Amino acid sequence: MEKAILQVDSLKKSYGTLVAVNGVSLSAGAGEIVGLLGPNGAGKTTTVSMIAGLLRPDSGSVQIEGRPLASDTDPIKRRIGLVPQDLALFDELTAQANLQLFAALYDLDGAAAQRAMDAALDLVGLADRAQERVKNYSGGMKRRLNLAAALLHDPQILLLDEPTVGVDPQSRNAIFDNLEVLKSRGKTLVYTTHYMEEAERLCDRVIIIDHGQVVANDTLQGLYRLLPVTNLLAVELDNGQDAIQLNELQALAGVRSAKLEAGTLRVGVQDLATETPRVLQWLVERGHLYRNVASERADLETVFLTLTGRSLRDA
Amino acid sequence: MMISFRALVRKDILLFLVDRRALLMSFAVPIAIGSFFGYVLGGSGNQADASKIAILAVDQDHSAISAEIVKRLSAEKALDVKPSTPLEARVAVRKGSATVAVIIPKNFGQEAGDAFFGPRQKPEIGVLFDPSHSAERAMVTGILAGDVMQAVSKEMFTGQSGRDMVKNSLAQVEQSQGLAPEDKKPLEDLLRSVDRWDRQRDQGGDGGSRGLSMPYTTHEEAVTAHENAQYNGYAHAFAGMVVQFVLFLGIDVGIGLLQQRQRGLWKRFRAAPLSRGVLLGSRAVSASILAFVVVLVNFLFARLIFGVRVDGSMLGFLGVSAAFALMTAGFGMLVAAIGKTPEATRGLAIFAVLIVVMLGGAWIPMFLFPQWLQKLTLVMPTRWAMDGLEAMTWRGLGLEAALAPMAVLLLFAVAFGGLAVARFHWEAEG
Repeated sequence: MEKAILQVDSLKKSYGTLVAVNGVSLSAGAGEIVGLLGPNGAGKTTTVSMIAGLLRPDSGSVQIEGRPLASDTDPIKRRIGLVPQDLALFDELTAQANLQLFAALYDLDGAAAQRAMDAALDLVGLADRAQERVKNYSGGMKRRLNLAAALLHDPQILLLDEPTVGVDPQSRNAIFDNLEVLKSRGKTLVYTTHYMEEAERLCDRVIIIDHGQVVANDTLQGLYRLLPVTNLLAVELDNGQDAIQLNELQALAGVRSAKLEAGTLRVGVQDLATETPRVLQWLVERGHLYRNVASERADLETVFLTLTGRSLRDA
Repeated sequence: MMISFRALVRKDILLFLVDRRALLMSFAVPIAIGSFFGYVLGGSGNQADASKIAILAVDQDHSAISAEIVKRLSAEKALDVKPSTPLEARVAVRKGSATVAVIIPKNFGQEAGDAFFGPRQKPEIGVLFDPSHSAERAMVTGILAGDVMQAVSKEMFTGQSGRDMVKNSLAQVEQSQGLAPEDKKPLEDLLRSVDRWDRQRDQGGDGGSRGLSMPYTTHEEAVTAHENAQYNGYAHAFAGMVVQFVLFLGIDVGIGLLQQRQRGLWKRFRAAPLSRGVLLGSRAVSASILAFVVVLVNFLFARLIFGVRVDGSMLGFLGVSAAFALMTAGFGMLVAAIGKTPEATRGLAIFAVLIVVMLGGAWIPMFLFPQWLQKLTLVMPTRWAMDGLEAMTWRGLGLEAALAPMAVLLLFAVAFGGLAVARFHWEAEG
């Protein structure tokens, strides 16, 4: 990997007795999207807040392009763009007025500010709605403007804290497209989410975080390798077919796991092509009839379940 | 740095201008309430239409004296006298439709005349009053005392019943065995002199009726800014409402900051390379500008519509207004620093403002407060704001009278601002 643009080491943050972040480390390079995946309350936002300089860590360090963030007015902050989880916009003002203000926070005004606003609005597809008040925008448009507001000063690092919360799939895809464009321009993106599908679609690397601690930090392929099985065979049995000897099934060569749940038998196999006929034959020989057979690929949900013992959605 | 500072100030002013509720609360509401209170408090100096005390007069005597008393009461400018019956009068006072009822009993004239010259039982005039108007009751009994004395003495000295009474009294004194000679002689001389004076007046054709009259007249002068300036009730009312609603604006400043924090805007601001001084300072400056403009616009309205003038120092007026605006900004910052959530903070802050506004004399004039409370209110910034604004408007005092209010208000501004900076939650929650 190239030299890290963002380097985070052993960040810790506590609120009283609650340890919100406990030793989080990560690094991200140019043109890379790093996902912070975890359930609500896992410590993702606190981590992002410390990276952005909003929170002072109890211990640990954040380095931006090799330099630590020193103070509120440190110019290195110009290298960071923050997209907060909330829609951090003034609803009563127009999109243009909002962006003018946020550009001015980075000392941009006049023609420079206008160019930055045009570019940002163009990227998120809101150029023709710039003069409208934000309160008239749809949820998806607000999300896109929320993103645009963080791009005005052309930051190298973009911190995106659950930037698609509450938007429709179409707007979500539009935002994903915007982020991929930014990635292609060499920007470094840190993307927090509790949606595994988003992490799978966007991220080059995923850091799974739970109870303030990193439980895994790897590429998608690397994370899948952590699983005992990568494929599941889902067999929907006929009614009353629940007296299956799971121990016997698990003893079959190539079968790693077997679980019967609500009439569906899930069999973990290493190689789908060779093990599927063997499992089905085993069922037929014992008189277990089935209605449907499907294969399921292991996903980040499975990874999270395997690593934490809890479902990502239920955590 | 200046670009961001200016942009943040501009943003607050822009948000204020597009917020209908804020405009309503800063201009329309104080103007409406100020106008109402100003009218109730005596308007712009023309007292002709000022509210009179509603009096019911019950004349059960129907004598010349009782008629004269009612006539004199009716002539009083401060009283609105209507005839009534004892029952109606009691019901009206109980309901509050009349403030005081005066009941002149039967034979009052005769008994009052008897008691005027001799040691007789004095007749009673009934005074029914609404206990919530004790000040008016005291005023009416004072007026009544003067009118009764003049009506009785007039009739006794110049009326027919008085003459009859003098003759009867003279006869009684002459026949009296109980009076000591040293008392009897002067009393006979007095009564004969009165009788003789009556006859001389009849012969001389001077039919004008006289009697005792008040041995003085009064020259009343409202002491205001200058000789021709009149007290303007709107000046006090507008000062009070401006103080109250500008402080409400201060609450909005604080709540606005809390809302920005809640909506993630504070994170965006804090993520930028801006100092805390710029972030809070810009808010303080915009709040001060808005508060100052609200004071000026409200007083401008009062000037144009109700003739409220800055009869004192204009510089002092602007100084007090500016100091009050700065104090308001400091108060707003403090609200933001102490408050947790906008919802919870608003209720508490409004309660606090209403208390300090009430104790500052913005609702009712300070002189109605007990002495100890008047001294206690010196710790209220609102008291100083009211004193300063009133001193510069209808009291017409010079710049020196504005210096103390300005100094105290600036002191409060610094204290509130300092406390706000010390208590402000800089870190955004994770």
